[in-house]
Amino acid sequence: MNAQTKMIQVGDDMPVLELPPISRTTLALFAGASGDHNPIHIDIDFARGAGMKDVFAQGMLSMAYLGRALTEWVPQRQILSYGVRFAAMTHLGDRVRCSGKVVEKLEHAGRPCVRVQISAAKATGEITLAGEALVALN
Amino acid sequence: MIDKKFIGYEVPPTLWDVEKGRIRFFAEVIGSADPICLDEASAKAAGYRNVVAPPTFIFGAESDSGVLMKLLDTLKIDLREVLHGEQRFDYHAPVCAGDTLRFQTRVADIYDKKDGALEFVVNDTKVTNQLGEHVADLHSVIVVRHA
Repeated sequence: MNAQTKMIQVGDDMPVLELPPISRTTLALFAGASGDHNPIHIDIDFARGAGMKDVFAQGMLSMAYLGRALTEWVPQRQILSYGVRFAAMTHLGDRVRCSGKVVEKLEHAGRPCVRVQISAAKATGEITLAGEALVALN
Repeated sequence: MIDKKFIGYEVPPTLWDVEKGRIRFFAEVIGSADPICLDEASAKAAGYRNVVAPPTFIFGAESDSGVLMKLLDTLKIDLREVLHGEQRFDYHAPVCAGDTLRFQTRVADIYDKKDGALEFVVNDTKVTNQLGEHVADLHSVIVVRHA
């Protein structure tokens, strides 16, 4: 399932990962599985009390999807760091699309690595989270 | 306003047991088919001591261990106003089923924008395991939105 990571070059794209529309079930299951029980993502009464129209997706759900996209591309042990900034909320029904591009080759602690710009976006193209990962090539 | 005196505050360290079924549940919910997360034999064949936690799993573990609620309670932050601003992981060693993780979280900074309408709490967490290994560092920015 993993690419020949030694062959990765600047300009290469991480394979795109497209997810099914966000459902209430997914939000509930992710709350339980992740251990992040913030009710704003699973309890519409709480969400309305916080001024929202409805529950919305955990930012960490999209970050987990983006992490899955990374591990479908390179072995997990080669991911040295991974960070994102949350730019917009992901709502029920949104389809999350994860993508990335290699922007630099570098050495980190004596290991050949690449810096990968990664993002998650909605079908409209609106970026919901953006960041980068440092991936070792061996 | 969040009292700036909490810059440097350290949440009492928490311990959290990594369960195999929980790793599988997490992997299945996000649709991961990675055999090192789902199958013990595959994980061992790949050199791990047991199934491996997916990359972002430890964030929820920290939350589940009580760190976030303790932090919000201590800093008197209303959960309804909280948004996640940034999250970063630096990985040093794998997290596997059967591990006991220890979270040490420190408030690195507190600042505000827009005349205090938005406040930011920056947290750094060191994660170690039962073997004394430093497995990861978490860096997170929490945004507190005042209506």
